[in-house]
Amino acid sequence: MNDKTLLNVKSTRRQVLGGAAVAAGVAAAGTFVPTRFAIGAQANVKIGFLLPYSGTYAALGHNITDAFKMRVAELGNKLAGRGVEYVMLDSEAAPPKAKDNTARLILKDKCDVLVGPVHSGVAMAMAQVARDEGTLTIVANAGADNITREMCAPNIFRSSFSNWQSTYPCGSVMLKDGIKDAVTITWNYPAGKQMMQGFKDSFLPGGGKIVKEILIDFPSVEFQAHLTEIAALKPGAVFTFFAGGGALKFINDYAAAGLQGKIPLYGAGFLTDGVYQKAGAAANGIKTTLHYSDALDTPKNRAFRQNFESNAKRPADVYAVQGYDAAEMLRVGLEATKGDLGAQDKVVAAIEKATIESPRGNFTISKAHNPVQDIYLREIVNGEEKVLGVAHKALADPATGCKMA
Amino acid sequence: MRAGPIGMDFSYYLIQILNGVQYGFLLFLVASGLTLIFGIMGIINLAHGSFYMVGAYLAYWLTGVTGNLFYAILLGVPISVVLGLLIERFGITFLYKRDHLYQVLFTYGLILVFNEMRSVLWGNDVHGVPVPDLLSGAIPLTETQSYPVYRLFISLVCVALAACLYLVIQRTRLGMTIRAGASNREMVQSLGIDISRLFAVVFGLGAALAAFAGMIAAPVSSVYPGMGEHVLIISFVVVVIGGVGSIKGAFIGAMLIGLTHTFGAVFVPQAASMAVYAVMALVLLWRPQGLFGKA
Repeated sequence: MNDKTLLNVKSTRRQVLGGAAVAAGVAAAGTFVPTRFAIGAQANVKIGFLLPYSGTYAALGHNITDAFKMRVAELGNKLAGRGVEYVMLDSEAAPPKAKDNTARLILKDKCDVLVGPVHSGVAMAMAQVARDEGTLTIVANAGADNITREMCAPNIFRSSFSNWQSTYPCGSVMLKDGIKDAVTITWNYPAGKQMMQGFKDSFLPGGGKIVKEILIDFPSVEFQAHLTEIAALKPGAVFTFFAGGGALKFINDYAAAGLQGKIPLYGAGFLTDGVYQKAGAAANGIKTTLHYSDALDTPKNRAFRQNFESNAKRPADVYAVQGYDAAEMLRVGLEATKGDLGAQDKVVAAIEKATIESPRGNFTISKAHNPVQDIYLREIVNGEEKVLGVAHKALADPATGCKMA
Repeated sequence: MRAGPIGMDFSYYLIQILNGVQYGFLLFLVASGLTLIFGIMGIINLAHGSFYMVGAYLAYWLTGVTGNLFYAILLGVPISVVLGLLIERFGITFLYKRDHLYQVLFTYGLILVFNEMRSVLWGNDVHGVPVPDLLSGAIPLTETQSYPVYRLFISLVCVALAACLYLVIQRTRLGMTIRAGASNREMVQSLGIDISRLFAVVFGLGAALAAFAGMIAAPVSSVYPGMGEHVLIISFVVVVIGGVGSIKGAFIGAMLIGLTHTFGAVFVPQAASMAVYAVMALVLLWRPQGLFGKA
């Protein structure tokens, strides 16, 4: 999902935001008498965000951060009685810098907990360092299957999704819609291939047939030749994953080539999230699966969206939900030990046992530390996103290769 | 149902040729400005893609303000010419006599500045630009596929512009000095032609061409951060294939790349981009100065 090129290099910036939080924490320490590690508990919980604050993914990084802080603010700016301090480090969505950045948050800034990142490449490097250092880490977006599969670790959690999880239910959905064969089209990179695999894992065993799998060089957005090919192949449907500018262009090109309405378009939810509003009528009829929908009509989601919008002055999205839930997972873990992060096994056990009340609906955490969550089927109808229902109830990632599962 | 492109019928390939030519026209618009600046002024302008991006964002912004892409282009082109002239006057001017490395560093810095300005002015979101109502139709080609009128319109505009460029460069006094400047700068200077004004004109023209390409492409390409760098690299390929400084070369190079990319996508989808570079390598092996470059 990275549109940045090697030409897009920026300086790293670090922001320590915590004047108020430090003051609040010191004040709190006077009234709170910890049961264990008296000295340790007096300090604030230091949370390091390794998220993109510049470049293509900046909006995602800010939404995750702001929603995380919003949840902590709802709890009186405390987690299990301890004050909270934030270190924000721009990941620049640059995998080569991820190891150094993670080490810096852990060793130099002495962060107790890490939250991040958006980019899967950054997440893999970050997870490696965090696993070696043993720092509690919550991945708030990156969907790389590996993080909660072969790379899984006791101290690493995910509050978002696995790529596989987001598309697996769509195969069954399409079969139910009477579709017998499909063309898949995505970028030739890990996220794209993992999402296609999820789809195939339900579509093929159900009797579906893949006419052709098209993989396009990342991040090329020249789709015209492939659309002509799809038009000639006339499959029952097209299943796709693109994101950001590529998604918008694909949706527009698909409609402009006259395929909209003739060959149904299905995809991972990221195809339309934050995109369909800009695509207008071209997005109508696209069906996608994802663990969240802006249009979920539950009291919890309505309240969350209202709060976020009045705090951040912009609408909430799936990334904000994932940030919000990362804070909630951390709260559950810390409260089990009254704020003591030293007893990490107890923190981990508490999160594993918890049912997280999320704007997306309640979810639990698998043994591999990935959410076990409902995947929704959504459709763009007349320029609005509609939730058609739950495509798969309480779906768990297979966690293939994870020693904890 | 057919198994793959091999068994596809004749019309299928005709449509793919159309796709390739159409992509080539768009590449030509960006690459022509780049080759002018590179060939005549000897400036490696890495920020050329940024002008493309600025054009696209101007189209998005001004279409929102005026309600019509055509008005947006009418307003946007002068803005980008002025922008180009300002950058030439206050930046590039000092680099003519310097090594290419300075130019690369400076124009690379410009990319960062442009990206940050874009982020400040328009944010980091992706945007769509509506196709003007007049051109929003589509021509059915097969029972499943139709061709958007707007894409054909882009091709027509590119042909018209290519013809204009050709006439200006081959048939006018300005074109004569530009060609002279490309082949022998000192001689032109010693003949009493104000070379600095000529360079300003060329840079402004080049910037405007790139920005115009961004504007006219905005409805089909969408508008997103990083679009400039993407187009820059492929434009350099076109320029190098065609021969630095040659408009004709840029045209042929753009067509070659457009068709290579399209048919690469048809036959070897995983390696479509690589096919483009393979063609470049072959051309350079055969003619190291490019198809129409001066040896």
